[in-house]
Amino acid sequence: MTTTEPALADAPVAPPPGRLTPRKVRWLRRRRALGRFWRQYRASGMGMFGLVILTFFILMAIYSALGYGGSTNPIETLQNPTLEPPSLEFPLGTDNNGISVLSLVIKGSKTSLLVGLIASVISMVVGTLIGMAAGYRTGWADTILMFITNAFIVIPWLALAIVLAALLGQNLWIIIMIIGLTSWPGTARLVRAQVLSVKERTYVERSRALGGPGSHVVMKHILPNVMPVIFANTILTIAIAILSESALSFLGLGDPLNITWGTVIDQAFSKGAITIGAWWWLIAPSTCIVLVVLASTMIGFAFDEIVNPRIRER
Amino acid sequence: MGTQRYLLGKLAQVLLTLLFILAFNFFLFRLMPGDPVTLLVRQAGATLSAEQQDELRADLGLDKPMFPDQFLDYMGDTLTLNLGESTIIDPGRPVTEIFVERMGRSLILLMTSTIASIVLGMLMGIYGGWRRGGRFDNGSMVTSMILYSMPEYVLGIILLLLFSNVFQIFPTSGYIDQVADYTGIAYVADYVNHMMLPFWTLTLAYLGEFYLVMRSSLLDVMGEEFITLARAKGVREKYVLRRHAVRNAMLPTVTLIALSFAFVLGGAITVELVFTYPGVGLLSYDALQNRDFPVLQGTFLFFTLAVLIANLVADLTYGYLDPRVRTA
Repeated sequence: MTTTEPALADAPVAPPPGRLTPRKVRWLRRRRALGRFWRQYRASGMGMFGLVILTFFILMAIYSALGYGGSTNPIETLQNPTLEPPSLEFPLGTDNNGISVLSLVIKGSKTSLLVGLIASVISMVVGTLIGMAAGYRTGWADTILMFITNAFIVIPWLALAIVLAALLGQNLWIIIMIIGLTSWPGTARLVRAQVLSVKERTYVERSRALGGPGSHVVMKHILPNVMPVIFANTILTIAIAILSESALSFLGLGDPLNITWGTVIDQAFSKGAITIGAWWWLIAPSTCIVLVVLASTMIGFAFDEIVNPRIRER
Repeated sequence: MGTQRYLLGKLAQVLLTLLFILAFNFFLFRLMPGDPVTLLVRQAGATLSAEQQDELRADLGLDKPMFPDQFLDYMGDTLTLNLGESTIIDPGRPVTEIFVERMGRSLILLMTSTIASIVLGMLMGIYGGWRRGGRFDNGSMVTSMILYSMPEYVLGIILLLLFSNVFQIFPTSGYIDQVADYTGIAYVADYVNHMMLPFWTLTLAYLGEFYLVMRSSLLDVMGEEFITLARAKGVREKYVLRRHAVRNAMLPTVTLIALSFAFVLGGAITVELVFTYPGVGLLSYDALQNRDFPVLQGTFLFFTLAVLIANLVADLTYGYLDPRVRTA
């Protein structure tokens, strides 16, 4: 990234003592860039709001991973009242087995966030590899890769996911793979467009003229420049992955051994929570999904505003 | 010249994609463990001897080599709209026939709600972008972000909770009153009444996206020099907006419409389930629950074709709106 504002470039990072080796210079530059990025990010109210919400849910997931949050085992909740509206004892009410909905939501946060994270990393890796290859190579390789990408965009992901889940079975890792492998085309197109514009810059041409091999040019010159955009896109993909997981679970394709927000909604819906009027059972997990997706979207937008120069100028 | 080449190019692309999707659909269902006969025996609990199973395989052409014989059979069958027979949901009934019955209902719901969300979203986006930072813009911005983050079926459930428990205004499931047996105007009114909740769910669910894109694309255009020029010439604001800004800002939205159609169809599956609206979406859910593979394969093909056609329409619209695309 080039600096546009000289005032910001002079970040208050003291140069380390001793001789400046190329490695030290590089780290110094990176620390400055990071500091500059954080200062710009902090100014975005939307981004900070999203960050606070996401941190809250990440803490909730860690809390659940450490074994807290109450029991979700129906045998241990036999003495609890069933389908109890929110009360002091059960702040979010209970379900048809007397399990506290709060416990379900806390337990669900772990798997829901994990699925979103891993699936979007898969999507990022696949999308970046294909986008980079298509952008860097020209001619047939580009044409074929982009044809496959565009064909995958046409395939409605949920219909494909249903078919795959029906054929492959309902296991958490299969669900993660399905979401990862159906959400990469957008990233691939974005990365390709970025690579095409970066490729033409003079310093890339210079590196190639000096005899830099293709792998060197891609890894050292193109990838670092495309990385910020990929990162912003990945955060937006987390939101899509969490939405996708919840939709699959709602259709009853979730992993029966793992509780996610989507499976809680599926359970509530199929056990007739609407006719019973047990709104708390449905609204609590739904609110969690909406908040996490909203938070990732806001963070992604705030990121985009910083790393995407076209938007920033406005 | 340019226009013709553009059209031909797009058409060739669509045909190639269609071929790719058909091949994908074929191998997807063939490469999975277990052939249709084994699956049928396992699920339906049909007691067939080994010879009977072999006979059935020969009947279905499964004893031939997968490529090219089975593949060519499949292509021929698909192109003549012979999609096989349902195994579980409606045993023995041709899949195509089931589709004909269901398709109309889904198309009506999807077309009306997509058009409504595009029109409403774009109008709101234009107004919001024009009065950027105003009360309307801020309000719509927050609403759009929340709607954008909400899964379609969650919105459906909220509407269902409101309208089935709190106010009992609209019917909560089905597409028609099965008992009443209406005809004429009464039939239409009853249909519309049943479609109201799924329609508003899908419309509201995709409104946010169109608002956000239209607004940001309008803001992009408003920074362009030709807008400043139009203003400098003394063109009235109303005309600057209508003739200069909106026309150019439409382009990215048209692209979005095409891209989002794959998502709209996904949403239709869950929304039809929430409201038990018997369209193709609910059919694919039933096929999934019963592992009725011929129907499942058919729904997959149907959804993909729908997106492909929508994409072609969007591409052609884009070419019409932006002459540069045609000549490039």
